[in-house]
Amino acid sequence: MSKPPETPSKGLAIDVSDVTVAYHDRPVLWDVDLEVPAGVLLAIAGPNGAGKTTLIKTILGLVKPAAGRVLIHGAPYREQRALTAYVPQRGSVDWDFPTQALDVVMMGTYGKLGWLRRPGAKQKEIATHCLERLGMADYRHRQISQLSGGQQQRVFLARALAQDAQVYLMDEPFQGVDATTERAIIDLLRDLRSQGRTVVVVHHDLQTIPEYFDWVTLINVRRIASGPVSTTFNQENLRRTYGGRVAFLSSRENGCAEKATALSDVQTPPGEKPGWMA
Amino acid sequence: MLASVFNHTTITIATGAAVLGAVSGALGSFAVLRRQSLIGDAISHAALPGIVMAFILTGSKSPLVLMLGAGVAGLTGMLVVMLISSSNRVKYDSALGIVLSVFFGFGLVLLTWIQKRPEAAQAGLDRFLFGQAAALLRRDVWALATIAAVSFIVLAMLWKEFKILAFDRDYGVSLGLPMRRLDVLLTGLITVAIVLGLQTVGVVLMSAMIIAPASAARQWTNRLGRMVLLAGVFGAIAGVIGAVASSTIPRLPTGPSIVLAVGVIVIISLALAPGRGLISETLRRRKNHKKLRLDAVLTDLYELESQHTPETPHGHTAKAIQAMSFGEGEVLKNLLELESRGLVARFSTNHWAITEKGRHRVERLVQQLDSSAGAAH
Amino acid sequence: MEIQIIAILAAAACALPGVFLVLRGMALMCDAISHVVLLGIVVMFFIVGDLTSPWLTVGAALTGLLTVVLVEALSRTGRVKRDAAIGLVFPALFSLAIILVSHNAGGVHLDTDAVLYGELAFAPFDRMIINGHDLGARALWGMGGVFLLNVALITVFFKELKLATFDAGLAASLGFAPALVHYGLMAIVSITAVEAFDAVGSILVVALMIAPAAAAWLLTDKLGHMLFVAVGLGVAGAISGSWVAQWTDGSIAGCMATMLGVIFGLVFLFAPTRGLAFIALRRRRQKVEFAGTMLTIHLLHHEDLAEAERENRIAHLGEHFRWNDHFAMTVVRGAERDALVTRSDDGSLALTSAGRDHALEVVAQ
Repeated sequence: MSKPPETPSKGLAIDVSDVTVAYHDRPVLWDVDLEVPAGVLLAIAGPNGAGKTTLIKTILGLVKPAAGRVLIHGAPYREQRALTAYVPQRGSVDWDFPTQALDVVMMGTYGKLGWLRRPGAKQKEIATHCLERLGMADYRHRQISQLSGGQQQRVFLARALAQDAQVYLMDEPFQGVDATTERAIIDLLRDLRSQGRTVVVVHHDLQTIPEYFDWVTLINVRRIASGPVSTTFNQENLRRTYGGRVAFLSSRENGCAEKATALSDVQTPPGEKPGWMA
Repeated sequence: MLASVFNHTTITIATGAAVLGAVSGALGSFAVLRRQSLIGDAISHAALPGIVMAFILTGSKSPLVLMLGAGVAGLTGMLVVMLISSSNRVKYDSALGIVLSVFFGFGLVLLTWIQKRPEAAQAGLDRFLFGQAAALLRRDVWALATIAAVSFIVLAMLWKEFKILAFDRDYGVSLGLPMRRLDVLLTGLITVAIVLGLQTVGVVLMSAMIIAPASAARQWTNRLGRMVLLAGVFGAIAGVIGAVASSTIPRLPTGPSIVLAVGVIVIISLALAPGRGLISETLRRRKNHKKLRLDAVLTDLYELESQHTPETPHGHTAKAIQAMSFGEGEVLKNLLELESRGLVARFSTNHWAITEKGRHRVERLVQQLDSSAGAAH
Repeated sequence: MEIQIIAILAAAACALPGVFLVLRGMALMCDAISHVVLLGIVVMFFIVGDLTSPWLTVGAALTGLLTVVLVEALSRTGRVKRDAAIGLVFPALFSLAIILVSHNAGGVHLDTDAVLYGELAFAPFDRMIINGHDLGARALWGMGGVFLLNVALITVFFKELKLATFDAGLAASLGFAPALVHYGLMAIVSITAVEAFDAVGSILVVALMIAPAAAAWLLTDKLGHMLFVAVGLGVAGAISGSWVAQWTDGSIAGCMATMLGVIFGLVFLFAPTRGLAFIALRRRRQKVEFAGTMLTIHLLHHEDLAEAERENRIAHLGEHFRWNDHFAMTVVRGAERDALVTRSDDGSLALTSAGRDHALEVVAQ
């Protein structure tokens, strides 16, 4: 489904059209369109290997699509780096690296700092403030390998926060964190939304989508559906995304959207591959 | 003997070795952190044909010329490694092994080939196999120091970018930094460090100079800046010790001396560093263990007493307490320790009773256990 | 002539354990062991005082195992990563060996250079004399013996080796201790390295173990075939290497290593199916086909839409898909050939019914 070209993005935070990503000529994302209005909390969901991480990476320019284009607030991502912030998967980094939590968060300020300037008091202040926001101020001088999984996740979030961006892209931030961290994260996300910022999150837990997010995008190599949770997160779409084996705990109380749990992936879509060179 | 140590030549050699050790150590930190430790091995072995080729083409044995040859060959080797390992049937380490041995073998062919030629001038070249710091001249050291200084300056200028590169490359890309170019630059700097270091340690042992100072430094600090600095210092120290030792003690080749020196530094660091060091960890573990044992004995005594009504207090023997914990020895010793802390008291000669203070402690412990168990749910 | 036989035996003996090293990703451990065996030889020599004693082999084999143990222990402390551990242990032990050799060898010729590249040329002069009968070069017997040993062990333990290499988990649950296989393999590598070391030096041992095996893996999937092919390629490298050495009067070991590299390079480029040349050709073809499919889908999406006029032009393709003109033409021509699209004079494209079916089929997946 394609849109007419040259339509201005009109308040769209993210505008993905016709994006196809292939790895060794095997499609990982095929002809994906996505319109994300500004100021929403969007979950991207789909089975393993559906291309969720690849989609995020493509939006950020970490992966080059074979076709299609991405606009962030109306301009190519290349020009909009200052507006976007990325929270990668926790496992993508070696946490034994010799550095403290505060140092990691300060990395978020490097983008605005420019080439030869050294981070100074101001950057430190920003970083400390962001750590405080995530409840990690006491740990700022802790070596990152000594942090728990949830704490590490919060450090990554603080780093993104330090960028003061308009659009946040997060890859599975809720994966493997404890309850306290989960609450802290959702707190932060709601805060960002209330400030008019846009947050896009790759999310693995279908159960919590209706509770945490207002928009959802279901993908499985192709875009299955995208829109507000109330209209989009339903049996039909989930079945199309997960290939039919979806069990339902349907609770239609007070107009809540149906809750769903995917049992397994029927299809075996091509596995996600690591990013290419930018 | 001391006077002879400080003569002109030795100082030159020591300075040269220190500079080269520092560069390898500092830049090697990044290779180690990026899990590219053994690339040093491959690049240095691959450099041999470059060195010999440079001599064959120019007839010059100036270190700068030879270093250039080494650099070109080393980088070529790296490219070949990347090319080969991009195939999904040849793994990265196999690629390294192949490039390492084939390039080196080819270098040996060239080396023995010029050996047969009338100008036995090659005699100096095989010093690159195991290093020969004694061959460093004053002007060489100046040139090397300059290159080293430039490398350090580049490192300092691009410090934060390299930090992101080593820690979280993708994030750097998302920030808009040209990660690919930075990657190439960093690898280039590491190659320069290797190529410089070849003169002191030689082709075969160079990987140690990249890995060892950084590994040792890592044990002492959790901050990247201090680690790199310390690695440079360790590299320099090892260089000096090895070079001086080999030029004063007869029949002691330089390369192995330096490597052993840095090896000792690594062992000392692994053992003694506070925090990460193995000795400190063993001590910590023992302390914890002891604390656990004390608490266990105290808790056992508490249990025993709680089985009786408070109106008939009487002590329990050490044996009784021992029976509660499957016969772990040294209950007596623990009881004495607890007594000295006021947590238990003697009831009679060999009967023991828990004190108020002891009771409080046990109750607090139980509370802590309960609350942490609750939080886990 | 004897030199060549020794070389061939060395190549064959090394290729066999090499296959397992390559499959398990342990090539650099091989590098480490082949250097460290020198230490074992030297220490044993000081104890036994005899360069030809078989104890030297034993000592060297033990040192090889020691290296593996040290590397494991070091990486298990968690303070040093595995690759760093290898790069720490072997230079240290090797340096120790070199120092012992240089400093104490006095009277015995243990040339440090020869350590690295051996000197096959001298091997024939070291004879095996039993009861006054000259049975040939000692290296011949030694290398031959090791070769036979390797063949025997691999044949006997073939199933175990195969299982432990490809599915360590299954092997463990079936009761073969994969650790035992691991150390057994390392022991064989050490013994082979020691024996070959004398003749061909450390570096060539690495080349002989890794290169033929890696090349063999590009040529076949089956373990049994791989072993044969690896031996074959290794022997080819040995023979061609000794010819080149004769022709250029250069170091035999170095020439052999170089020829092994050449052989590997040829296989890497031209192996059927997996060679670079084939892959590049196939990729190119696939790329065009894939692009053709994308083209049909693109046309399908824009059919009957207002901007069909514009979207279906060849010129626009370049913009949308980021194809350069040349590639775009190639794709279009390919699609035309496959009867998926038709091209009209004004440069706009249209789907044929076959093309539409194709696109719909792909989209429905």
